[in-house]
Amino acid sequence: MREMINMVVVLTLLSAFSGGLLAAVRTGTKDQIEQQILKFQKAPAIKQILSDVSNDPLQDRFKIIDNEQELTFFVGKHDGKADAITFETSGKGFSGDIGLMVGINIESDEIIGVCVTTHSETPGLGSKAKDDPKFASQFAGMTMDKNLAIKKNGGEIDIISGATITSAGVSLAAQKAQEIYIRLKPEIQKQTAQMAK
Amino acid sequence: MAQSMVKEFTKGLWAELPPFRLVLGLCPVLAVTKSVENGIGMGVATTFVLVCSNLLVSLLRNIIPVKVRIACFIVIIATFVTVVELVMQAYTYPLFLKLGIFIPLIVVNCIVLGRAEAFAFKNSPTLSIADGLGMGIGFTLSLGALGAIRECLGNGTILGNTVFGPGFQPFTFMVEAPGAFVCLGLMLCLMNLIGKK
Repeated sequence: MREMINMVVVLTLLSAFSGGLLAAVRTGTKDQIEQQILKFQKAPAIKQILSDVSNDPLQDRFKIIDNEQELTFFVGKHDGKADAITFETSGKGFSGDIGLMVGINIESDEIIGVCVTTHSETPGLGSKAKDDPKFASQFAGMTMDKNLAIKKNGGEIDIISGATITSAGVSLAAQKAQEIYIRLKPEIQKQTAQMAK
Repeated sequence: MAQSMVKEFTKGLWAELPPFRLVLGLCPVLAVTKSVENGIGMGVATTFVLVCSNLLVSLLRNIIPVKVRIACFIVIIATFVTVVELVMQAYTYPLFLKLGIFIPLIVVNCIVLGRAEAFAFKNSPTLSIADGLGMGIGFTLSLGALGAIRECLGNGTILGNTVFGPGFQPFTFMVEAPGAFVCLGLMLCLMNLIGKK
């Protein structure tokens, strides 16, 4: 009996110590990790989508709280006019969430382009969603009333062969982006108008 | 005391060199040694985990009940691996991306558990640190060497610097998975040849 209690106590204490240490490290590195993801994952995606803007979208950004979730919008300016925004959504992929940066022109309500940011899909198959520009380019020019589901689900998007679930995940993220954009449009317009000043 | 510390330290560098002598921990050895940078990064991460887990296991060796020791080891190792993962994500993000899944997989690297069970659980903290450090450095050097051979032949570079002239035709086989096996086999063969004398 004594031995059993001993085992339970030691394991509990050890786990508690482990939990405490991890919580401390996590808190300590959180901001730094966020910055790194911004620098290495989001920045290239944003640059790719807003390649012809005259400002630095990483600087001109604002946040909107949507359903208790904080969304960051990056604003792109053409000829001094703030008419493009990008923000990140996510969809369930084959292994974990796929992050998708979506750029939208707020005057024509058209998608400028999309770009996969963070993912953990199978290299060579699902990873093509990020590496093969052909797939992502299908989203460019789509308006908010277009169905961005994959063709099998009644939409307009061709899948990457061998990576149906990944393709569905990306298209889900794009659909979420449409939804968010339509819902938050007044707020987005207000904030971008302020950016333009 | 000092003598035995030196002994424990140096055995990891040659007599019990983990990947080539003990033939342990081959999963990361085969998977991440596509380049020197990856190999050394992986090695340093493993060394950190090895030293920390060895130290803690050794300190707690009289408290941990024998029946649940493996569970305790795994909790300790997993904690340090997660710490490494977070720190790498925060400060060496590109390397973190390249090593990907193999960082969390250090938890199941049999060198780490093996040293905890076979050495740290029976020896004093100072000796355990020496053992962990020796094994870790041996592991790092092995990975670095393997990475150097594969990167050099398969890509014509070492640490990103071109080694051969422009006429060099990369032997891409070496950076692919089968190349890892062939290269490891040849290294083992070489080690045995030298060790035989």
